[in-house]
Amino acid sequence: MKILTMPSFGADMAVGTIVKWNVKPGDPVSRGDIIASIETMKGLIDMEVFDDGIIVTLLAAEGDELEIGRPIAELQLKNEEDSNNSSVQIVESDDADSVDVGSNTVVNQEGASNLPDSQNDVAKASRVLTDVEVKSVGSLNTQRPKISPAARSKAEQLGIDWRKLSEGTGPDGALLLDDINISDRESAEPSLDRVKDSKDMMRDAIAANVSRSNREIPHYYLQLDMVLDNTLNWLSLHNADLPPSKRILSNAVIYSAIARALSEFPAFNGFYRDDHYQPSDSVHLGNAISLRQGGLMVVAIHNAQRLGLAELMEKIKDQVNRARNGGLRMSEMQDATVTVSNLGDRGSDTIQSIIFPPQVAIIGIGRPRTVPWVIDNKVTSATIVSMSLAADHRVSDGHSGARLLNKINTLLQTPERLV
Amino acid sequence: MNNHSSLKDNKSLKDLVCNLILDIAPEADVQGLDPDEEFREELDLDSMDFMNLLDAIAKETGVNVPERDYVKVNSLQSLTEYIATRK
Repeated sequence: MKILTMPSFGADMAVGTIVKWNVKPGDPVSRGDIIASIETMKGLIDMEVFDDGIIVTLLAAEGDELEIGRPIAELQLKNEEDSNNSSVQIVESDDADSVDVGSNTVVNQEGASNLPDSQNDVAKASRVLTDVEVKSVGSLNTQRPKISPAARSKAEQLGIDWRKLSEGTGPDGALLLDDINISDRESAEPSLDRVKDSKDMMRDAIAANVSRSNREIPHYYLQLDMVLDNTLNWLSLHNADLPPSKRILSNAVIYSAIARALSEFPAFNGFYRDDHYQPSDSVHLGNAISLRQGGLMVVAIHNAQRLGLAELMEKIKDQVNRARNGGLRMSEMQDATVTVSNLGDRGSDTIQSIIFPPQVAIIGIGRPRTVPWVIDNKVTSATIVSMSLAADHRVSDGHSGARLLNKINTLLQTPERLV
Repeated sequence: MNNHSSLKDNKSLKDLVCNLILDIAPEADVQGLDPDEEFREELDLDSMDFMNLLDAIAKETGVNVPERDYVKVNSLQSLTEYIATRK
């Protein structure tokens, strides 16, 4: 028996509401079937099932709002041997926050090492989050701060959710009794999750995820200014006679260059979990899409290094549209092996980003801007974009990071080869 | 449409463009928009939103704004006039 749980679709998601069940007890399901629509801060998401089997019970009703990680249905697996599988455990309510915090990008290593060419592999890569297993929860334990027994007892007595606190003053950032007392005085919101509105919860979840990233990942930062003129000139020729729906935006060229470069630099594309780095065979480029109502979603463009520019452009358009209007699939929310963050053509000149664990790199794209530039000892005008890389020192160093940025720059100079 | 006065034509064109903007950015304050302001800036439309808007305009009016003319359609007023003269 497998317990299906409320999945997470992003670091800033704390709860989801089951809007519609597409199945009822007794229904057979196959891998890839959409079994429910889930309303989140980010709109409606289609929840897929990742095993063949039979729905035994629904543990939540339409309209129920549940924290992520909470059980919502029981699935009898097709090839289930009772003795082996009946021991699947549900996440303890105690640990729900741990799941919450890191779940944006939690994918098992099995998924990271496989090429999700087929639906099956995509499904496998995303399995952890639907069927939260004890193992994955165990590996997430480091997401919450350490705490002394006395502090923990005090926190529980005061109703403070210590998992949401930042580091304490003890060894390894452990929370001590004093930290809890201070937190109690500073905060007038002890464990009132259900009273908080969802925007606050979203901010809490983002804060928890970013704090964890800053605490655990030894970041280093690089930045390179890249001349975009070749790309822009090529695009204006390419787009000149095309209707708007067929035009390619410079973002697509930049994303393509990034994806293709990353496929040659595995130390920046994969997952770091359980003190071990597992590079991914394929680049599932996470596109950070900002939502109009606030917040953002990271949506995976599967196998981005293999897509031609037109295909990539279509994919980005389609995903932005679905991110804003609903209809994203769970696998798109969970598979990204690296993230690209782009504040748009009217954003800021540069962006320094924070890595989404368990990923090990994030690339930030500033807005294109026209500047004086020296070419052949002459000052001329050029349109440049500042591209930043934040990467994980446990896996790579600045030398290889700089090579990655230079490779992206090289690819951007010959956009016609990315078609 | 051809029988309407050009003023009325422009008004309905402007309404059409506003509705198409709202399809893309439902929260956009098109009522409060100064027609001579740069509307992409005012309404926080990114390059993809803008392309989707031009796509919708092409489908509704048959007028295709090529990239080289983007500078001519910065404001709601100039965009509406651009469409009106090419319909």
